[in-house]
Amino acid sequence: MSKIPEDLKYTRSHEWLKSMPDGSIEIGISDHAQEALGDLVFVELPEVGRSLAAGETCAVVESVKAASDIYAPVAATVIAINAQLAEAPELINQDPYGRGWIMRLKPTAQGDDSALLSAHDYQVLAAEA
Amino acid sequence: MVDFGGWDMPVAYGSQIEEHHAVRNAAGVFDVSHMCVVDLIGARARELLSRLLANDVARLKEAGSALYSCMLNEHGGVIDDLIAYYLADEHFRLVVNAATRDKDLAWIGSHATNVDVRLLVRRDLAMLAVQGPLARERTALQMSSEAASAAMALQPFFGTQIGDWFVARTGYTGEDGFEIMLPAGDAGKLWWGLNAAGVRSCGLGARDTLRLEAGMNLYGNDMDEATNPLESGLAWTVAFAPTQRDFIGRAALQAIRARGSEHKRVGLVLDERAVLRSHQRVIVSGVGEGEVTSGTFSPTLSRSIGLARVPAATGSSVQVEVRGRLLPALTVRPPFVRHGRPVIHRQS
Repeated sequence: MSKIPEDLKYTRSHEWLKSMPDGSIEIGISDHAQEALGDLVFVELPEVGRSLAAGETCAVVESVKAASDIYAPVAATVIAINAQLAEAPELINQDPYGRGWIMRLKPTAQGDDSALLSAHDYQVLAAEA
Repeated sequence: MVDFGGWDMPVAYGSQIEEHHAVRNAAGVFDVSHMCVVDLIGARARELLSRLLANDVARLKEAGSALYSCMLNEHGGVIDDLIAYYLADEHFRLVVNAATRDKDLAWIGSHATNVDVRLLVRRDLAMLAVQGPLARERTALQMSSEAASAAMALQPFFGTQIGDWFVARTGYTGEDGFEIMLPAGDAGKLWWGLNAAGVRSCGLGARDTLRLEAGMNLYGNDMDEATNPLESGLAWTVAFAPTQRDFIGRAALQAIRARGSEHKRVGLVLDERAVLRSHQRVIVSGVGEGEVTSGTFSPTLSRSIGLARVPAATGSSVQVEVRGRLLPALTVRPPFVRHGRPVIHRQS
């Protein structure tokens, strides 16, 4: 059974979002997603400062099995990336909600986050997958 | 778990990459019971195989010796690849792929009736592959001392019956080891015994990265009925001599050989941080196009490798279209890894 922390929001494409005290959001991929992908071997990260439209592809995580795009959950600017992933993509497998975080975004406006899923709703989605 | 030729099989038991390294550095065990074991029994079994296989069963002189071969159709297309064991004059054993089992049995059966050879599908047997530099000694610990010495005495590509077990020094990883065919009821005990001896459980994922590093083809990816062994890196398995041996597919292959194959198989090594996957387009500047037939991330080389079918005139470098980008790749002669060590032979 994969872990789905209660205090995070989730997307249908298996990213998680954490609201940070400064108004930014941290994103990564869920435990369910890392399990499905298997051992990660490459992570392609965006440049800090890049502006993203909601739904835009902003990173790629690639495992032995498959490559998977990471989408910006809201319109935002990239303010930090987890540079450690370049050398240690397995951090996502080992600690998907902690040391395996992918990037931090600053939403460009008071975004519409109604499409995001609660932990409970994501659990239902993950169970169906 | 994934469906593999009708069998539910694990891609990995834990980390696929750790399973891979376990086989390269120590030992791992694979449940390959999906492979179909079929015994051919009859006075003319050798004659049947001489007709059915592109490699020459006459090479099997000593009891227990094994031969890797393609089984071809009349057009030289590959129906399957298999290992044939010579057990006794009236008893040969084939190990064929799970996904091709039904068509293989139908094909072999249609030729067997003419020579009065009986096919016996050994559903009663499970098969475990124990692979890695420490595989043989750790497997021997699971046997009586008498059985262990018989197993340890096996030369590469030989097998022998030891009690209820058939133990062969074969594999699909580029490492030393055994493949053991045994009564299905014994398999669990052997598996757990091996685990207790430090042999790691390995799934299909590691099996694929290991065989690809070893430069071994996978049926259905790297060759099939639409391709022939000469363009699939398997020319070494086709025995054209002696000329009087009339194997199925000979005439077609001779014609292809005479005019020259349009394609060849090469190994690819990618420098970029991306992964080659089957069906990606290969662009050979000024020559034409080909296709990646198998691709993966090589845990031993920490970069992506693959096999590709490309125009015969392809030189030392190509470009591969990976997720919308054209990336340069080096063409090499497989294998990529042999007995745990990287070996890259540049293609001239």
